[in-house]
Amino acid sequence: MIAETLSFSIPDFRLSPRIDQIGVEERASRFTKRSIKTESKINGLKLALNMIDLTTLEGKDTEGKVKQLCYKAQHLHDVYENLPTVAAVCVYPSMVRIAKKALGNSGVKVASVATAFPSGQAPKDVKIRDTKFAVNEGADEVDMVISRGKFLEGDYNFVFDEIAEIKEACGTARLKVILETGELVTYDKVRRASDIAMYAGADFIKTSTGKISPAATMPVTLVMLEAIRDFYYKTGKMIAMKPAGGISKAKLALHYLVMLKETLGEAWMNNEWFRFGASSLANDLLMQLMTQKTGVYQSANYFSID
Amino acid sequence: MATKTISKKATTVFSSNGHSNGITNKRVEVLKTYKIYIGGQFPRTESGRYYVAKNKAGQALANACLSSRKDFRDAVNAARSAFGGWSTRAAFNRSQILYRIAEMLEGRKIQFIDELIKQDATPTQAEAEVNTAIDRLIYYAGWCDKYQQLFGTVNPVASSHFNFSVPEPTGVVAIIAPQNNSLIGLVSVIAPVIAGGNTCVVLASETKPLCAITFAEVIHSSDVPSGVINILTGKPTELIKYFADHMDVNATVYCERDETNKKLIQEKAAQNVKRILLYDNIDWNSSEAESPYFISDTQEIKTTWHPIENIGGAKAGY
Repeated sequence: MIAETLSFSIPDFRLSPRIDQIGVEERASRFTKRSIKTESKINGLKLALNMIDLTTLEGKDTEGKVKQLCYKAQHLHDVYENLPTVAAVCVYPSMVRIAKKALGNSGVKVASVATAFPSGQAPKDVKIRDTKFAVNEGADEVDMVISRGKFLEGDYNFVFDEIAEIKEACGTARLKVILETGELVTYDKVRRASDIAMYAGADFIKTSTGKISPAATMPVTLVMLEAIRDFYYKTGKMIAMKPAGGISKAKLALHYLVMLKETLGEAWMNNEWFRFGASSLANDLLMQLMTQKTGVYQSANYFSID
Repeated sequence: MATKTISKKATTVFSSNGHSNGITNKRVEVLKTYKIYIGGQFPRTESGRYYVAKNKAGQALANACLSSRKDFRDAVNAARSAFGGWSTRAAFNRSQILYRIAEMLEGRKIQFIDELIKQDATPTQAEAEVNTAIDRLIYYAGWCDKYQQLFGTVNPVASSHFNFSVPEPTGVVAIIAPQNNSLIGLVSVIAPVIAGGNTCVVLASETKPLCAITFAEVIHSSDVPSGVINILTGKPTELIKYFADHMDVNATVYCERDETNKKLIQEKAAQNVKRILLYDNIDWNSSEAESPYFISDTQEIKTTWHPIENIGGAKAGY
């Protein structure tokens, strides 16, 4: 059914390219050696800020916490004039309505995890209901997890069909597909899962839930960016990328932006095509921006906690 | 004839390297690399710069790291992360650790005396300075669990409250150590700050940095958690500004009489209203350099109003 709506044929995923581990790690480490100073640094920091999916995904989340986070999303640090907002607030389905209301018409999107996040261990109909619930509550974006167990068993058709069905359930909401690369063991599998997700209809591919360590790393993200590039060359369709988890320092965020720019180019350098899934990154970016502005090293004490 | 010339040449080359000749087996001395101490590690400065520490005769003693503002930034980060753990440790345990530093210093006395002599002290002065440094650490080890009683109070109030004030560590202290001596000044400013539960970043004497780094090695093997004490070498003129204006530093210590620098520190420190401590008229070798008031200098007083039940004519039990 999906194959009919697409203008390209589905490849044999067993033949996805193999990844040269040493090569990809070496290449990723090169991106950390670029020198980014003054004006480009400030622009980079603001861009990174604008790409954040400000996230709270905890069992202890309350209505108050989500409202607070939504306020933060719109007022990152009012002392600093003309700061961008973050791209989206990412919450559990039960909090979507609250977030949607709190964000109003600020332009900040609401993303919701769904499909029995973070494990994905639930029957398909439950996952679809979960997704539909989030969308009906007002989610602009849905973050789903793939069935890693089925994937590792080699049941690629199951994984593919599931993503396609969730995509259908999303309607107009954009779908982010979480591969949970920390559980996929090898770069080869990351590449294969990326290919499956993109051909099955993902709008974004995302590294991690943030619940498993390791979460996003630069080499893993590079593998996925290269998968996006190859997919774009083959089909002409742009797919967005979201590394999530473990990116908490401004410097690291700038390294990611360098990698994005040098792998996919200028077209991807905005929050429609690239996101950071993070919560503590925002404050570090703000501290660096203030350091650049005042010339004085900053203290976390002067920035809001969430 | 030709052979003779060659061998003579070889001899000349070797002797310019400080060896009597190229044939004897005189051992090449292995010189120590004096690296800075940040977060429990000994990195070189991120800037890759160095300077040569010399004695009065102009003889080169060592290459020392010329630390940059980024080294200072990293050190403050390390000190900030160490603060929570260090300040909440039992005072008694902090005392044990200070005592341990003294023990380790005692064990490496000879090395410190040797370094002090290299840096123009006489043998008698050198030994006296090391002894004083050890004793001073013991002195502050003793104060760790006692200054609270001295500076804490129970305050009489007119309402039904048990009202008491206790000293609490202020946080990260940035210290520009006394520049005129190598060891005793450094120890005298570090000990009261960490005894009181603060963490610190210290800039060693620019002209006499040897003992500071060797002292870092002593700290490293003395159960002091990483990040509690961080030691940099370099130029005060370059780094003072950052010691004073970093927003995550809670107090700045300066020990010289330079009025321009004092003014600079006072202006910069105003940004986050940090404490400024000017110890500009102290003989660090004398007993005036040790007192519990040096501990209280980096303490904040917290006052608590604790409601008490006061039923009928009964009096409060305190």
